[in-house]
Amino acid sequence: MTQAVPKAIAVAKLLDSTLRSDRGRLLAILAANLRDLSLAEDALQEAAVSALSHWGRAGVPASPQGWLLTVARRKALDRLRGARRDARKAEALAQLIVREEAEPDDIPDERLRLIFVCCHPALELKSRVALTLRTVCGLTTTEIARAFLDQEPTMGQRISRAKAKIAGAGISFFVPTAEHWPARLDAVLTTIYLIFTTGYLAGSDCTRDLCLEAEYLTRIIDRLRPEDPEIEGALAMILLTAARRAARIGIDGASLPLSEQDRNLWDRAQITEGRALLARAIARRSPGPFQIKAAIADCRLAEGGPDWPQIAALYAALFRFEPTPVVSLNAAVAVAEAGDPARGLEIVEGLADQLADYQPWCAARASLLAATGKPVEAARAYGRAIELAPGPAEVLFLEKRLAALPCTGSALPGRE
Amino acid sequence: MQYMLLIYNDPQKEPAYGTPAFQEMMAGFFAANARMKEDGVLRSGEGLQGIETATSLRIKSGKVETMDGPFAETHEHLGGYYVIDVADLDAALTYAALIPSAHFGTIEVRPLMDYNPTN
Repeated sequence: MTQAVPKAIAVAKLLDSTLRSDRGRLLAILAANLRDLSLAEDALQEAAVSALSHWGRAGVPASPQGWLLTVARRKALDRLRGARRDARKAEALAQLIVREEAEPDDIPDERLRLIFVCCHPALELKSRVALTLRTVCGLTTTEIARAFLDQEPTMGQRISRAKAKIAGAGISFFVPTAEHWPARLDAVLTTIYLIFTTGYLAGSDCTRDLCLEAEYLTRIIDRLRPEDPEIEGALAMILLTAARRAARIGIDGASLPLSEQDRNLWDRAQITEGRALLARAIARRSPGPFQIKAAIADCRLAEGGPDWPQIAALYAALFRFEPTPVVSLNAAVAVAEAGDPARGLEIVEGLADQLADYQPWCAARASLLAATGKPVEAARAYGRAIELAPGPAEVLFLEKRLAALPCTGSALPGRE
Repeated sequence: MQYMLLIYNDPQKEPAYGTPAFQEMMAGFFAANARMKEDGVLRSGEGLQGIETATSLRIKSGKVETMDGPFAETHEHLGGYYVIDVADLDAALTYAALIPSAHFGTIEVRPLMDYNPTN
């Protein structure tokens, strides 16, 4: 008996789990060796195809990862030589193969390089997100398209264009030097932040939880570059925000404001770890935007309700790093919550030119109009906020607020 | 890799002759030039005369059409360029950030086409 079928099943399963857990790592090493992301992906794909037949025949090697890496390098070398492309690169790769085969078990973690390449600020933010999820986290193009409500071919083109730009524009496969580190790290953390917020708003609609992917990426960076306060701050922000996730939607499906959330549903372990990270980051005495965002998330968890005066002060501090209208909007909301809705409304109205079509602006304005005794205008503003709402939970929440306005009888202005 | 740094700006926003801002800009260009030369990365670089001196040409059905003016009527015009030879995009962006007109205009960074990748 050859046992071909059971073997095939076992090998396919092992290959699948190896790629699932180590694809990002292997791709990172190959991309760093080859300085070419597309070639690295193609070579790894070919190596995986070879593995299926080779492992089925000769048995599974002691180190499947090492085997895939060596074979992928050989495949890449064949391609470089076959295309008579870049003789110097081919020569360097050939030497590397000989050298590495002497010590096959020592696989370095080059994912930091790959993450910095995928998150280079010369790429559009959405492309950075897509490319990072594809190459480092191993999501399929279909999964990424679904998460961003895009067509699959459009997302595929976006990823190919980003890879072409990396090769064409000469984005290097090195971890940035000290001179470029702050700006490049900020681009990486901003990319991860968008992955996180997309996952947070989407809830559990996606096959892959983007909040967990964001946490995973930040943990990789923190491990490979320990003791960086902004990386610690970003991880703290993710944990302290994710901790409230289970409590943010009520039993009726509407999103709940902080004051109405059931604190028993908050994740204690995440809060403890997040606070410890934040304390460690702050002790390094090098403030930055992600530490401030983490501190804001922490203030929202304060015993006895969110510490709004402190949150308002932190947003003012954040504005010095990120002078954007969205930060001003958040500061205005905090000022209002801290007891001065008239001042909050004044700031919000001042942002009308920049944020008129931004849903959180419409929702904040509606709430502040209601709080300052302008129910008719508030009703109109709620109507607009509902039109732009990102999901059903937000719509339900706003509709409840609208219904609670004192003026709303039969005719709701702005909702014809 | 070689990169061209294309210097675009709106002449309306340029500092006026004789002002301290103008002096500062001149000193900034001098310093950028000197730094690129010192670092051995500068291949070439020129400033261009204004768009009122520009002539554009295209050939339609074999006939040369000549037009007064620049390629596109925009507020920001190509005012000059540098060609530098550096390791990667990050290095090119570092030099681009030394160009003082980036404070009021835009520097476009484009790699040159490499016809001989094997060197």
